Amino acid sequence: MAAISREEVAHLARLSRLAVTEEELDTFAGQLDTILQAVAQVGEVTAADIPPTSHSVPLTNVLREDVVVPGLTPAEALSGAPDAEEQRFRVPRILDEDVAS
Amino acid sequence: MTTTLPAYDDVVARYEPVIGLETHVELGTNTKMFCGCPTDFGGEPNTRVCPVCLGLPGSLPVANKAAIEATIRIGLALNCSIAQWCRFARKNYFYPDMPKNFQISQYDEPLCVDGYLDVEVNGELVRIGIERVHLEEDTGKTLHVGGATGRIHGATESLVDYNRAGIPLVEIVTKPVPGIGALAPEVARAYVAELRDVIRSLGVSDVRMEEGSLRCDVNTSLNLPGEEWGTRTETKNVNSLRSVERAVRSEMLRQASVLDAGGRITQETRHFQEDTGDTRPGRSKETATDYRYFPEPDLVPLAPDTAWVAELKAALPELPRLHRRRLQQDWGLSDADMQSVLNAGAVELIEATVAAGATPAGARKWWLGELSRRANEAGIELADVGATPTQVAELQGLVDAGKLNDKLARTVLEGVVAGEGSPTQIMTNRGLEVVSDTGALTAAVDEAIAANPQIAEKIHSGKVAAAGALVGAVMKTTRGQADAKTVRELILERLGVQG
Repeated sequence: MAAISREEVAHLARLSRLAVTEEELDTFAGQLDTILQAVAQVGEVTAADIPPTSHSVPLTNVLREDVVVPGLTPAEALSGAPDAEEQRFRVPRILDEDVAS
Repeated sequence: MTTTLPAYDDVVARYEPVIGLETHVELGTNTKMFCGCPTDFGGEPNTRVCPVCLGLPGSLPVANKAAIEATIRIGLALNCSIAQWCRFARKNYFYPDMPKNFQISQYDEPLCVDGYLDVEVNGELVRIGIERVHLEEDTGKTLHVGGATGRIHGATESLVDYNRAGIPLVEIVTKPVPGIGALAPEVARAYVAELRDVIRSLGVSDVRMEEGSLRCDVNTSLNLPGEEWGTRTETKNVNSLRSVERAVRSEMLRQASVLDAGGRITQETRHFQEDTGDTRPGRSKETATDYRYFPEPDLVPLAPDTAWVAELKAALPELPRLHRRRLQQDWGLSDADMQSVLNAGAVELIEATVAAGATPAGARKWWLGELSRRANEAGIELADVGATPTQVAELQGLVDAGKLNDKLARTVLEGVVAGEGSPTQIMTNRGLEVVSDTGALTAAVDEAIAANPQIAEKIHSGKVAAAGALVGAVMKTTRGQADAKTVRELILERLGVQG
């Protein structure tokens, strides 16, 4: 039983906006399956008293004071943009999606 | 689509509504959530950006301590438990309003959970459960160009300004609120109003709905009595307190008409239409899995120190509801009078005016009278009418000192609202001061007596009531700039009559 199906890979590719061909789907599904099975071995040895690791450093509360720091000029900010207009980033139109949050 | 909607009374007689509210509040910190860019409203496009809020490779976010503190204070004011340990989460989605292709938010570990807010509706307390209060970052502003201006449909491209991207945004989510029946729209409005007052009292946001620093999404469902809760819809784009009330009401009517016709409610996002007061369908909501939330690897967990939280709790201000009750007592107002003060949005203005030296009655008279009238006529908030509490207190002081009568004070106030300066300056510049020069006043009185011998004779013979006519004559010659009471006393004195 594969850990990840071809359909799930196609779904993830769509969510990640990756263009994946039919052949690539087969390739990636196989590769990802191998990776997932390897990771699953770690799951076999974890005990209930070991929480999943999300951060490799044992730190909390790294905060900064609420003080303004100079940023970029609009020209600098837009310098890496493929396209700009009216001092704004110009992007292709967005269809049928709404603002999050 | 022009289906006839059922009557509201009929709907609430047959269905039970359940509402829920999600409110976003932009914090008034100096800097953004994860970088040192300033947060001021407005500004030229892309002038408040840096590698962090633009999501440039290699940049790393660091959380703003003031924003964490503000969120904990909001949670405490809403009677929430503060998490002892929690993490930020990545919400992945592709939309250019976030240049990183994700938004840093909180998912299954919000900073504050399980609280409540008591709100007063028609003199009764309704307890609104708070599910969670979490911290995230605001998005950039997208301008759709080509096709119809500003609309997504028909647009050929979008222009993005990231000044707002990364501003700390607090999301406050209520638990579902059942059992409020016909009051549902009013409860929704009262909750948002109370929440706004609480947050304002904490001084962590200016909570202005019209500028978008407080935004509200309203969930509504209907069910038959005794049955399970119905499918809910989420209404966005609700930008005023009045709209909150209208959105719930119109959504209740719409859902009832669908259910009455044997239809089913679709779980969907709808958009409130300010002009018509109804809601229209938006996109179907992506599911939580599609956002592929995972713990934000670039930010370490938050573990608010217990002592720090206790300190913040001890320093919370008096809650607005209790504060209002105390003011009502201090000002000696009946419930009805206090209600008119609340309805006029004048509590803080009157409070500040009293603090500036006016009597409560004097302060209330101006804010609820002349100034409310002007605000209503102009269709603006009372606070934006153009007079400050200090000016109103000064104006009332001039009246109390006998330098202005009511009529002159109204003229001075006109000048204040027109931005002509302080009441004293306007009084002097426009020559509006009450004539207190007894010589000039006596001359005017004598003139009036001489011009009206028959009336004078009546008064002299004891018909004191006739003095009104002479007072009127004197007021006319002094162009209203005399104190009527003083004039009356002078007339009686000149005619040798006891007042």
